[in-house]
Amino acid sequence: MEALSSARAGLNIVAGTLLAAALGIAGPALANKKDDTIRFAYDQAPENIDPFFNNVRSGVIIGAQVWDTLVVRNPKTNEYKGNLATRWKQIDDKTIEFDLRQGVKFHNGEAFDADSVVYTLNFVADPANKVTTQANVNWIDKATKIDKYKVRVTTKQVFPAAIEYLAGPVVMHPAKYYAEVGPKGMSAKPVGSGPYKVTNYVQGKSLSLERNADYFKGGPKGTPKISKLEIRFIPDRQTQMAEMLSGGADLIMHVPKDQADQAGKVPHLQVVSGETMRIVFMQLNSTDNTPTPALKDIRVRKAITHAIDRESIVKNIVGAGSRVLHTQCFPSQFGCTDEGATRYKYDPALARKLLAEAGFPNGLDTEIFAYRERNQTEAIISNLQAAGIRAKLTFSQYAAMRDSIRAGKASLTHQTWGSFSVNDVSASTPVWFAFEADDITRDPKARDLLIKGNNSVDPNVRKDAYREAHKLIADNAYSVPLWSLPVYYVATRDLNFEAYPDEMVRFWEMTWK
Amino acid sequence: MVGYVLKRLGLAILVALAVSMIAFLLLRLSGDPAIALAGEGARQADIELIRKTYGFDRPLPVQYVEWLGKTVRGDFGESVYFRSPAAPLIFSKLQTTMMLGVFALAFALFISVPLGVAAAVYRNSWIDRLCLALAVVGQALPNFFFALLLIMIFSIWLRWLPVSGSGTWQHFVMPTIALGYYAAPAFMRLIRAGMIEVLEADYIRTARAKGLPATQVIFKHALRNAVVPVVALAAVQLGFLLGGSVVVETIFALDGLGYLAYQSITFKDFPVMQNIVLLLSVIYVVLTLASDIANAWLDPRIRVA
Repeated sequence: MEALSSARAGLNIVAGTLLAAALGIAGPALANKKDDTIRFAYDQAPENIDPFFNNVRSGVIIGAQVWDTLVVRNPKTNEYKGNLATRWKQIDDKTIEFDLRQGVKFHNGEAFDADSVVYTLNFVADPANKVTTQANVNWIDKATKIDKYKVRVTTKQVFPAAIEYLAGPVVMHPAKYYAEVGPKGMSAKPVGSGPYKVTNYVQGKSLSLERNADYFKGGPKGTPKISKLEIRFIPDRQTQMAEMLSGGADLIMHVPKDQADQAGKVPHLQVVSGETMRIVFMQLNSTDNTPTPALKDIRVRKAITHAIDRESIVKNIVGAGSRVLHTQCFPSQFGCTDEGATRYKYDPALARKLLAEAGFPNGLDTEIFAYRERNQTEAIISNLQAAGIRAKLTFSQYAAMRDSIRAGKASLTHQTWGSFSVNDVSASTPVWFAFEADDITRDPKARDLLIKGNNSVDPNVRKDAYREAHKLIADNAYSVPLWSLPVYYVATRDLNFEAYPDEMVRFWEMTWK
Repeated sequence: MVGYVLKRLGLAILVALAVSMIAFLLLRLSGDPAIALAGEGARQADIELIRKTYGFDRPLPVQYVEWLGKTVRGDFGESVYFRSPAAPLIFSKLQTTMMLGVFALAFALFISVPLGVAAAVYRNSWIDRLCLALAVVGQALPNFFFALLLIMIFSIWLRWLPVSGSGTWQHFVMPTIALGYYAAPAFMRLIRAGMIEVLEADYIRTARAKGLPATQVIFKHALRNAVVPVVALAAVQLGFLLGGSVVVETIFALDGLGYLAYQSITFKDFPVMQNIVLLLSVIYVVLTLASDIANAWLDPRIRVA
């Protein structure tokens, strides 16, 4: 494992050279326009194609091509539109009624109706069926059939974000087929009602899809234009880039900024960048048994916040499509605001002064845990160092880092959070401040405000509660909100492609130039 | 001979057992599998549930013995990532890796035999130095770097070969070269040393004195004898190549055991990881055993020792 990771580090070093050398001699465009096939390469293979049984981005992307949801959120306006449902209304605090679209067929010919919704939701809501990401479904109490095209969905508690989840990870399966084959069979031979259908799947290797010719007209996704889609799993980023350079792939994503900058100079490639919902922040352990007791002092926490030059790091390292954040949520999320929250400007002198006041005139020794975007962590460490905060880096896999955080062994943590693309604060801030496992602040006031925001039906009550919570967190400098992460896509120049903050690749919208 | 074989066999089993134990412990020390399985954002209760379901909450020795017992009976368990039985998953990938290993071995022999012979025949000349340089480069150049160079030349510049995948024979060309080149220097040095020794032997002098053509002396009389230790080394090297294919398969997205190992490491898929490590070490131990026995059969002095 060690050899492999050092090999990968080496790869990153040589990749730039390789790319630079290849630039001058890269040949003409070899886009697969003539076969009308988009070839998309991604590094991680989903463990199971059934969207309820994987938690990787490639799985989310495949899920939206093969399956449909009751509603969808317009990624530009953030408005909800009916998809498999045509209308919905709130019956009471915990019940929503959906009118379903008629005439929709799954890829195997099975008709979509109330049975599909009822079976799917009741199946995934049952903990015994072990859906991988429980947070996506554990709010569902039950689904009930009213008539063939009308269902009611009941939530366990008041759960205003229900529509958001029904517009994202909660897809609809064909009842008869799913009952027969289960999640394993669904993965082996996926059947949905989405714009593309699976024609061949080799586990961990590749997935072939073709346009669903019978896809319903007039839906918010439109009808797919490009006839075929080849998804290949290539674990190595350099190999993906080589495929792009040699014309073996048409689209890759999550390209590091330095490589994207160079790929932009290749005549047959285009680089598209965009902001994502993934936020970056530093969580500070200020609980009673923190490994760095100094963090219990608000002056030390403020010093840390003043020490980091967020504007400059965003401009020089994180890159286009990123913005500085002042609260720990993504601005488009419902309830996310930095209104009234204290803003901390970059001021290393003030940071030193605050440290001295707190009793650390000679600075402070601590440690920082991180798991990705190491170049950003290193910039943060260097900023902290300049203000007298000497942070030793422990860099590890996500799971190992989270292990340390939950065990209370981490002081400073450089983390990121994608909120599962859920456009509601309930999917972000409460994870860190509502006494969940990852809460290393444990302020009961923050918890109460966030829970009030999560469980109220009145949007204004929710907004007020979240605003107060964000203000409380910022005023106490409990954490350091840093910036949003951009994503870089490299695509063949012939492809009309647009990037969205939810990191969803919408193949059904794409066309050739 | 029987006693010798039995002794080696006992030793081999002990080595395999020790490897399985170390692999099991190291993998467990690398992190909590339940947290890894639960994924980003899982609640504590979900993690506890996973820990119980998969039995990660029991003492390590109990988990080890249970795992080994099942594995010996052919039950490789279930992949916690792919959620399908691990045995078919692993064996379906073994063929690609075996093919790559054998191709790489053949490639290594294909370049090391002529170079080794040339280096011995033209000992201490510029040819010898050139062969030595090639060997040093092969050993010093990390195979991931060499792999990228090959991709740059053959896929991006010349567009002769596909960058990655495993659909056709063309997909195996670059991985074979990248993996095989790394193994070649050891063969080359062995052949060179063997050839130098043999070329000074009396029967070669006799053959030359009889007026036989140089090629016949070198390839028929000398090489045949010099190549004997290479056969033993080849078995051991094949084991190395199978284990060493993790990096090469990952770079070329070749759908083999090494690629599966990489995926299972990334996703902390313990059952798959453990069984791949065990399988590769058993293959290695078996190959080493075969090579020992072959050597002993060829050379009675080893048996006695």
